[in-house]
Amino acid sequence: MKGNSYFSRKLHSLLGIIPLGGFIVVHGLTNYQAFERGPEGFAKGVHFINSLPVLPLLEIFGIYLPLLFHGIYGLYVAYQSDSNTGRFKYGRNWAFTAQRITGVITFVFVFWHVYQTRLQIYLGHLTHEELGSTMNLIASSPVYFVLYLIGVLAAVFHFSNGLWAFLVSWGITVGPKAQRISSYICMGVFVIVSALFILSLIAFGGDEFKEAANAATAFTNIG
Amino acid sequence: MADTTVATKTVKFIITRQDTPDSKPYTEEFEIPYRPNMNVISGLMEIQRNPKKTDGSNTAPVCWDSNCLEEVCGACSMVINGKPRQACSALVDKLEQPIRLEPMRTFPVVRDLVINRERMFGALKRVKAWIPIDGTYDLGPGPRMAETKRQWAYELSKCMTCGVCLEACPNVNDRNSFIGPAAISQVRLFNAHPTGEMNKEERLDALMTDGGIEGCGNSQNCVRSCPKGIPLTTSIAAINKDTTKHLFKKWLGM
Ligand code: HEM
Ligand code: SF4
Ligand code: FES
Repeated sequence: MKGNSYFSRKLHSLLGIIPLGGFIVVHGLTNYQAFERGPEGFAKGVHFINSLPVLPLLEIFGIYLPLLFHGIYGLYVAYQSDSNTGRFKYGRNWAFTAQRITGVITFVFVFWHVYQTRLQIYLGHLTHEELGSTMNLIASSPVYFVLYLIGVLAAVFHFSNGLWAFLVSWGITVGPKAQRISSYICMGVFVIVSALFILSLIAFGGDEFKEAANAATAFTNIG
Repeated sequence: MADTTVATKTVKFIITRQDTPDSKPYTEEFEIPYRPNMNVISGLMEIQRNPKKTDGSNTAPVCWDSNCLEEVCGACSMVINGKPRQACSALVDKLEQPIRLEPMRTFPVVRDLVINRERMFGALKRVKAWIPIDGTYDLGPGPRMAETKRQWAYELSKCMTCGVCLEACPNVNDRNSFIGPAAISQVRLFNAHPTGEMNKEERLDALMTDGGIEGCGNSQNCVRSCPKGIPLTTSIAAINKDTTKHLFKKWLGM
């Protein structure tokens, strides 16, 4: 990598929380509307997001560019690391390796997921209103359900453990005690955000969303 | 009775050897007579006296580095039963047998267990891990250090540049230019010193370039491996804080 890797790494770290970490939490909460309020609640959530001003700019500068930079630079960071969990079987060392593995899984998952949902809307194969039915088709297929479950858990672990690392990398949690307490909080974040996504996946797979689904139009669109 | 058991007891070693810096490593097995209170170095000395492998055939004596023999110089660092540590403080009675010895491959292997730790000293030079006091006239005594600060700074000063923390770090390898935990902790030490503090920005700047502090990925193996119990991860996080502050100060032109 050209330039000063200190600045690239700092930017990588910052983007992981702002905006990407913020995005994943908001995304989890929106999806959770599917569990809490059913198809209408979810549709409302989608509608709310689509009514935001300057949405295309928000998407480009708030999601796509940060994701591309963090994701591609993250792959390079992962490539630069060894894994020595065989020799050093410590929890934090496992988390170090897991951070890199989940980063790679998240990379693949996010592109696939965006292809199945947002890209289909750009291509005109789907409308925002049909997203609930698309998700129903995905979540009611056992194979897709398991793949989504893995993708979602990997992404949320990556975010939660990344939050812990972020606090160290910026010198916010310095001593062992502060780092231990922050690890409990980040574990809590992992459990809560994972629950949001898993419950919404379950809700998407349910009959409510099936009825709302217009199977004939949506089925051909998921790949 | 003790005498008869001692006479027949042996110690088994499996040693990874390498004849030249570029040749392929191979292992050899040794079985030597046991003596009470042996450490790994005295085992290696026995092999040097009588360089015969377990199968009875002759071999070249095994090469290693050592100096102080009291865990303060770091020269004898090697991988013993999978963990990097000092051979002089590795007591045979406390080790599982066969005892496996390997060089710390994070560093260039010179021969057998001898490695070149030059990068450790290069890192200290890079971060200016010293206090510049030389001048053309006597500058007089510097400011005093608070006792509370001296106490934790003393812990950091115990570093013997052994390289164990770099061997344990998954981010110190051929694909990565990370400087390693030891030098970062030394920046904290010299920046804590009342006179050293006068040059603290220079040391922070050195860690804010390629291969600096950003190479840390928080595996925290270093703090669990350091033979001197140096709080390396606390040092790294503290310097993360200082470099972050320094970064914003520079941006704001302060
Ligand atoms: C798209 C694929 C992604 C890849 C390949 C990837 C890769 C990585 C890697 C390798 C690290 C470790 C850096 C280190 O500890 O030295 C990391 C850290 C991090 N990632 Fe990702 N990541 C990806 C997506 C995401 C997403 C979507 C988020 C947000 C939800 C995220 C949030 C974070 C955070 C917060 C950190 C910690 C930053 C730090 O260490 O200071 N990452 N990422
Ligand atoms: S910090 Fe500890 S492990 Fe690292 S070089 Fe110094 S003494 Fe050795
Ligand atoms: S010989 Fe000095 S540390 Fe072992």
